[in-house]
Amino acid sequence: MSAAASRELTRLTLKQASARLAEGTVSSRQLTEACLSRIAATDGRVGAFLLVTPETALAEADAADARRAAGQARGPLDGVPLALKDLFATKGVATTAGSRILEGFKPPYDATVTARLRVAGAVLLGKLNMDEFAMGSSNENSAYRPCHNPWDLARTPGGSSGGSAAALAAGQAFGTFGTDTGGSIRLPASFCGVVGLKPTYGRVSRAGVVAFASSLDQPGPLGREVWDAAALLQAVAGADPADQTTSRRPVDDYLRDLEGGARGLRVGVPAEWFQGGLDPAVEQVVRAALAAYQRLGATLVEISLPHTRYGIGAYYLVATAEASSNLARYDGVRFGRRAPGVKGLKELYQASRAQGLGDEPKRRIMLGTYALSAGYYDAYYLKAQKVRTLIRRDFDRAFERCDVVAGPVAPTAAFKLGEKTGDPLQMYLADIFTITCNLAALPGLSVPAGLAAGLPVGLQLVGRPFDEAGLLRAARALERELPPLPAPSGLEG
Amino acid sequence: MSLTLDEVRRVARLARLQLSAEEEQAFQGQLSAILDHVAQLGELDVTGVEPMTHALAAGDAAPLRPDELGPGLPPGEALANAPAREGTCFKVPRIIE
Repeated sequence: MSAAASRELTRLTLKQASARLAEGTVSSRQLTEACLSRIAATDGRVGAFLLVTPETALAEADAADARRAAGQARGPLDGVPLALKDLFATKGVATTAGSRILEGFKPPYDATVTARLRVAGAVLLGKLNMDEFAMGSSNENSAYRPCHNPWDLARTPGGSSGGSAAALAAGQAFGTFGTDTGGSIRLPASFCGVVGLKPTYGRVSRAGVVAFASSLDQPGPLGREVWDAAALLQAVAGADPADQTTSRRPVDDYLRDLEGGARGLRVGVPAEWFQGGLDPAVEQVVRAALAAYQRLGATLVEISLPHTRYGIGAYYLVATAEASSNLARYDGVRFGRRAPGVKGLKELYQASRAQGLGDEPKRRIMLGTYALSAGYYDAYYLKAQKVRTLIRRDFDRAFERCDVVAGPVAPTAAFKLGEKTGDPLQMYLADIFTITCNLAALPGLSVPAGLAAGLPVGLQLVGRPFDEAGLLRAARALERELPPLPAPSGLEG
Repeated sequence: MSLTLDEVRRVARLARLQLSAEEEQAFQGQLSAILDHVAQLGELDVTGVEPMTHALAAGDAAPLRPDELGPGLPPGEALANAPAREGTCFKVPRIIE
């Protein structure tokens, strides 16, 4: 295959790649080789991958081609090259969570998401860059390497699943998985011009996903088009005996009514998402997307989510408290980095954590430990849990009058690398519109809506609990109505 | 809300984090700024509001599974990532002087 033909393959969406596999006009090996070539040609500049696994990927591709030749293809993901955020455990393959403290760690098991993708026949290309322990909004907290936005290499891809979005925009994989605790799928999806879905809490298993904030963390798919995200979610959603917080609700067929359109849809527009700090160019793109819904026969409904401004405060208490507990396991005893040459056990804990953890996890462990410490629990953690209830009630009331909530994903398009690293609070505020969805445990997605000054802007849609099918259908209607984004410009020339 | 250096050191001890003098200084300022932002929550009256202790509604949560024996990790695999081991044990520095 010529280099040009190989490059063309990497421009396909997952849906198109899957169709070509089914037609027999391309093989899994060809798709996989095309992705590996693209990674080799671009990832020195993008930094989306922390680990590429070409040998196992090609073996998986050959196995998929053999299944298909024998008439035993397993479904739409069989033979399709994908990649996982380096937070998902992969058996025998290094899983770092973007942290030095897990350098060299090889999990003895697969995450449930990983295992279900293997069952679906997917080819796994490697592990994707991320903020350390998924803590960050720009991928700049990766302990290993910076990740760059394929639209403009001087800008962040967003975080914490920065590699997951950048790899798609760069043409390195046909679908990826990330995790979203406060916006970590939707923000990078918006910044990189791809589709990213955070499912309802409990829809996708967290088993084998390195824990950050257990009541908020939720794995989810990213794709180049809405169909891709729907097919990826289909493969991994559903109850899991290894995660008692997964729901037993039956999983919907996400592809069946995907083309159902937006006629009659009531789109709630929260006043609070258009106040203070929203970049006018971003607002213009978002308003144009809302107008497109009206053309499609949807109704816009003005709603209010009055507790939006308390989201960041509640989040940074709940998430850091849970993180301080979850990250206590990194103590240098059973796995991960151990500080050399220490004498006592307590010194071993303190020195291993000091050497292995980066600045942001330390900051959050400190904040969470403080919020949970004697005398502060009621004022901080308990209060934040009550504010969570108020935020959930805001949405419950809104959903009496609308079917989806729509607005910006973030106040700005992708910002420059280094722009916010000096001020943690400013970085946290990038998540102001995404964070309440996690606190309320609702599904949310980002779908490309247009460009602002040449950079992609996503429209955020938030849905009722377990209405991923409705969200995807609404996103697909918009995707069909709006002109597609041009190819990312940062890597050409 | 301003944290003192002593409070920063107390929290670091609780969290088993050894901080450098520079880190103590930086965290004192940064954590104080974040706590200032968090203090907004004080504006809200939450009297009578139930805390959201579970993300899932009661009907959506999985029931407790039966307590049944299942396969676990074999000791060799469980120990494979250990920084130091002896036999089938994780090895640590002396605990009792």
